[in-house]
Amino acid sequence: MTNRTVLTGKHFIHGDEACAEGAIAAGCRFFGGYPITPSTEIAEHLALRLPQVGGIFIQMEDELGSMAAILGASAAGVRSMTATSGPGLSLMMENLGLGIMLEIPCVVVDVQRGSPSTGLPTMPGQSDVMQARWGTHGDYEIVAYAPWSPQEMFDLTIRSFNVADRYRIPVLLMSDEVVGHMVERVVIPPADQIELWERKRPKSPPNGRFDPFLAEDADLVPPMVHAGEGYRIHYTGLTHNERGYPEMTAETHHRLVTRLVQKIRRNIDQITLIEGYYLDNARILVISYGCTARSARRAVREARNKGIPAGMLRLISLWPFPEEQVKTLAKDMDAVIVAEMNLGQVSREVERQLRRAVSGVYHAGGAMIPPEPILNAIQEAAA
Amino acid sequence: MTTPIVVDSHPLDKIFRSDRLPHIWCPGCGIGIAMRCYGQAVLESQVPEEKHVVTSGIGCSGRVAGYMYLDSYHTTHGRAIPFAAGLKLAKPELMVTVFSGDGDLVSIGGNHLIHAARRNIDLKVICINNFNYGMTGGQVGPTTPKGARGTTAPYGNPELPFNLPYLMAASGANYVSRWTTLHVRQLKEDILYTFSKPGFTFIEVLAPCPIGFGKSNNIEDGLEEMRLYRERCVLIEDGDVYAEALGIDLREDQPIYIGRFIDRDRPAFKPIQVEAG
Repeated sequence: MTNRTVLTGKHFIHGDEACAEGAIAAGCRFFGGYPITPSTEIAEHLALRLPQVGGIFIQMEDELGSMAAILGASAAGVRSMTATSGPGLSLMMENLGLGIMLEIPCVVVDVQRGSPSTGLPTMPGQSDVMQARWGTHGDYEIVAYAPWSPQEMFDLTIRSFNVADRYRIPVLLMSDEVVGHMVERVVIPPADQIELWERKRPKSPPNGRFDPFLAEDADLVPPMVHAGEGYRIHYTGLTHNERGYPEMTAETHHRLVTRLVQKIRRNIDQITLIEGYYLDNARILVISYGCTARSARRAVREARNKGIPAGMLRLISLWPFPEEQVKTLAKDMDAVIVAEMNLGQVSREVERQLRRAVSGVYHAGGAMIPPEPILNAIQEAAA
Repeated sequence: MTTPIVVDSHPLDKIFRSDRLPHIWCPGCGIGIAMRCYGQAVLESQVPEEKHVVTSGIGCSGRVAGYMYLDSYHTTHGRAIPFAAGLKLAKPELMVTVFSGDGDLVSIGGNHLIHAARRNIDLKVICINNFNYGMTGGQVGPTTPKGARGTTAPYGNPELPFNLPYLMAASGANYVSRWTTLHVRQLKEDILYTFSKPGFTFIEVLAPCPIGFGKSNNIEDGLEEMRLYRERCVLIEDGDVYAEALGIDLREDQPIYIGRFIDRDRPAFKPIQVEAG
């Protein structure tokens, strides 16, 4: 039988479609979403594909409901996803916090456009990066990946599901309009070569009391039970104890929030993805991500052609911030440049980590940053 | 032989998280009565307790999820319905009840409420209507009668309230009824009935909130409000009342119509499934 679930082979498709196929290949069987440019093709493609593989597609009444629905479906044991852009992401922030607090895995794709507010619906931006990090209220860690190609839209969607399930956390796939609408070759591997990580499950069948938030392992991730399995669990967005019951004391709150943060910080090595280019003997480091990293790599290559010792670090995972790798790489650099399609978001995090000034190549969004301003910044640093 | 006043257990302990008692509700509050009806209906239903799931939003009524010894999800303000929709669609064998209050379901969650009713998703909604925001201290809400006082309407509520059965009927719910916390047998039977009724069902339960609503509106206590229910409630027969007459103002000596308003069979929402080509 032809496997219609994983469309193994070489395809010439855009990033949004690659993301949708990545979700199908990852076993995502629930999508709840609301149309919004430039992410809508993900919903459209999943509306076509999910019913073919026994999955559920529902167009919700808004992004508040979309985010709530995917958490509910995931709580029932189904890999679930939504896709949106800036204005929708703002609305999802409420229940993103619920997902963090209830430790319900899911994937939220943000195909970024020019913002704030309605901004530039059909044009790219990278200005939701800090909202991804701090957009919902409270103290927490989050996981976010930034694809730079349709191939990575496929690969990182699968990765996002795996990390979400492994660490019981919503994962953000921070794409942008350029990558979402760019058409390139996407290679989909055979199904048996796609690595899927399982949710950690309880060791014993339901038998009396069960503490759904008791994390006994070193990774601080409690095993997950799903609705209808007989464990009779209670989940609440209130501060809760290991039993899942509300326990509104300063001590319990500190214990819970610290664990939610530490379960990501402790496992950062398993979550982080970075890629380096032209780093041999580099003295000038360019840091970039998403579509801007495509221009940055070109700029660095041209700098090398001119004999300038430039190198590049591409952040594939934005959050948790790969601070050790950035610090190690930047240690011996004469200059650090950050290129991003906003007016300085990741650059501030880089400065915070390195405790030194970096130069930024910024643009508020609407069009890809071309290689030239990045090359100019490299040449200035080399001068 | 004397009858013990304090006993070790209650017949409904097996359905409640009795280790969480006492509950948070005020003396005279009606929510516990409605929760008892729900618990009794769960025990009497044909669906195993393990397959019952309850979700709720925020507010006094939202705390019901935390007291039921079922798989239970206390979600965000207004979002119990879309969360429940995800649960139900992902695992159709579950019997998913949404138990929450009027402010949660109808104000902040109003959009989800009407769209879930329009889609006719197979959810069992029990909506406590106590005409105000109780947990935050007696503010007016979407069901507060015009002129009634609340802590955010010291001069009287300037707004008109929703008529919930009318709203739900127009939105497309398969089943719409109204009871009060005085009508415990009817309410339990009605909840039980909705478990066997496919599609979106909505039960409005009028409940006293003597601290939040009664105090500001000259309803002395919970018992007084129960007395009003007994004096004014009129059980309707099919179609014998205009929808507009379903409005409620406890301060006026007018009939409160209760009973089953809508019982129909629009097809319940079913996700599309196709054979792969």
